[in-house]
Amino acid sequence: MISTALNISLGMISLSMILIILRVLRGPSLADRVTALDILMTTGIGFIAIYSIYSNNDIFIDVAVILALIAFVGTIAFSYFINRENR
Amino acid sequence: MMIYEILISIMLVGGSFFILLSAIGILRMPDLYMRISATTKAVTLGVGLISVAAALFFGSIDITSKAVLIVFFLFLTAPVAGHILARAGFYEGAPLWEGSKINEFADFKKDEEKDATSS
Repeated sequence: MISTALNISLGMISLSMILIILRVLRGPSLADRVTALDILMTTGIGFIAIYSIYSNNDIFIDVAVILALIAFVGTIAFSYFINRENR
Repeated sequence: MMIYEILISIMLVGGSFFILLSAIGILRMPDLYMRISATTKAVTLGVGLISVAAALFFGSIDITSKAVLIVFFLFLTAPVAGHILARAGFYEGAPLWEGSKINEFADFKKDEEKDATSS
């Protein structure tokens, strides 16, 4: 039962990653692309958490914690870059 | 034991359903501010549900504390990142949707520029 739910949710998350990458390619402004990259990182956290259940290996949860920190720092750096360029 | 499996399955499918909803939202919403507003909350809820499912699946104290840490970081950083991105997008000049009526930040920005030139 859990394996069916894991397959369904891995498929849904892969589909949503494809949709977010379409927005990264298409976004009219730079802030759109940065938003889509931030959401893509957060989706990756969910993907890693699901994969750690799938492979029954609890080491991967550490990777998800670190990725949650790195994504925030990257988003803040990008938005300071946008602010600096437009003042 | 069976009720744990049902609970974990519901949380996994529900969390990835919310992530899929936010991906559809970022692709279909008409302007930048609606995209930020739609995606930040839904992705936070989805990843939170998936982390709780992982904590229930492993059932040990260290994995539970790491899952609580992920949810804590997301709740702390997602509103800050959304706010600072919307601000940067406004200064970059991203257009609003033509149906939106109130734009208070433009008046604030005009006053700020007037103060900067007069003083």
